[in-house]
Amino acid sequence: MKRISLTVLGLYVGMLAAFSQSDTDSTQYKRRKLTLEEANLISSYYHQDGNNAAVTGGIGSERLTDLSNSFELRLSKLDKKDRKHTFDIELGIDHYSSASSDKIDPKTVSSASSADTRLYPSLNWSVENKKGTTLGAGLSLSSEFDYKSIGINAMVAQKTRDKSGEFSLKLQAYLDQLKLILPVELRTGSNPEDEKDYPTASRNSFSASLSYSQIINQQLQVAFLTDVVYQHGYLGLPFHRIYFNDGSEGVENLPANRFKIPVGLRASYFAGDHLVLRGYYRYYHDSWGLDAHTASIEASVKLTPFFSVTPFYRYYTQNGVTYFAPFQAHDPGQEYYTSNYDLSAFHSHFFGAGFRVIPPHGVFGISHFNMLEVRYGRYEKSNSMQANIVSLNIRIK
Amino acid sequence: MVLPMLAVICMTMAGSACQTVKEYQKSRLNDGEMVLGNRKVEKTELNFQSYREGASGANAGKSGGGCGCN
Repeated sequence: MKRISLTVLGLYVGMLAAFSQSDTDSTQYKRRKLTLEEANLISSYYHQDGNNAAVTGGIGSERLTDLSNSFELRLSKLDKKDRKHTFDIELGIDHYSSASSDKIDPKTVSSASSADTRLYPSLNWSVENKKGTTLGAGLSLSSEFDYKSIGINAMVAQKTRDKSGEFSLKLQAYLDQLKLILPVELRTGSNPEDEKDYPTASRNSFSASLSYSQIINQQLQVAFLTDVVYQHGYLGLPFHRIYFNDGSEGVENLPANRFKIPVGLRASYFAGDHLVLRGYYRYYHDSWGLDAHTASIEASVKLTPFFSVTPFYRYYTQNGVTYFAPFQAHDPGQEYYTSNYDLSAFHSHFFGAGFRVIPPHGVFGISHFNMLEVRYGRYEKSNSMQANIVSLNIRIK
Repeated sequence: MVLPMLAVICMTMAGSACQTVKEYQKSRLNDGEMVLGNRKVEKTELNFQSYREGASGANAGKSGGGCGCN
């Protein structure tokens, strides 16, 4: 009897233990409310100068200053099926002043001429399940005085079975409207009194971006990227002057279609204990006859686990588009023409350095001030245009 | 087109040489400096490069739209 009682008691304890085991899963706390993962402030100051402004037909000052600020929030939550939903919200504000834009109509000091502000909010959502499948979609807007843009996107990504690789496909469409603001001497009627009175034209861009990233070993990972981009509509700008070889004047005229295929390769390599090398190469070809190569390398030196210094160098070269010619070199009988030196043959160097601080107890001891990154770069084109840029990223977590 | 083909060949060769890396072995791969995409601090640099140069894309950035660009 005693043995039976002990057996029953043992079974009871066993059952109790089994139930208490299953209870462990149900009592695991998983926060399902929307939570803030991180917030980022990205600011930059950009200044350029040169002597080939497109607004003045390929001659004249290219001086331009741009102050850019972007505030980004990343929120996430788990749903009932334990899928992670991520929401990226961004609000960007750029303010620029441009010496060449002031030459569109030198008599006016308006947002259409010497300076302008661009606002660009966006919202992106994505959800990832436990099988490594991610789906996402997004909406973006951009607005400045003479240019409005609406962007939509959808994406899908799938990790490989061993989670060492990921394939992704992103489809994007940008539906843009630009005001046809001609140089003052080429306007036939009176100046519009209201900004709504300017005629407009559309420019639409559609792209499919494919990428595949792969972990090679514990120190090396690579990514292969390619886009297929189709643009249609008014692809020039109405205030880019052309001075023809017979002394007459017009504005740039470019084909209404452009097909672009860039192909890129990235690699990140952790060399030793204190050095990370990041390399990038891109080949680009488009239907306007432009071929370009881009190669860059940066080396992050970890002086401590929480502080790194990153010098970088980028080389870029392109031939000119078929339709480019400099000041007073175009024949008025040509169908398409531009004197925009951004589409001419040139090569450029971009170099500089940055530092990154990510201390365990927060920057300056402020626990939520997770990361600070500052970067300076100098850009030099072979046609004498040059620029300087200082960027800052503050991350709150 | 030779260079993109070379890139594809390199990728294929790299892929065939892949090792299985377990989660606990990914401490270096997960380092903030090892990110394969663009860092946020590079955002404006990519922006001005796409306007000052004829080529753009294949860098996980925008592929059009959003600016009249002076």
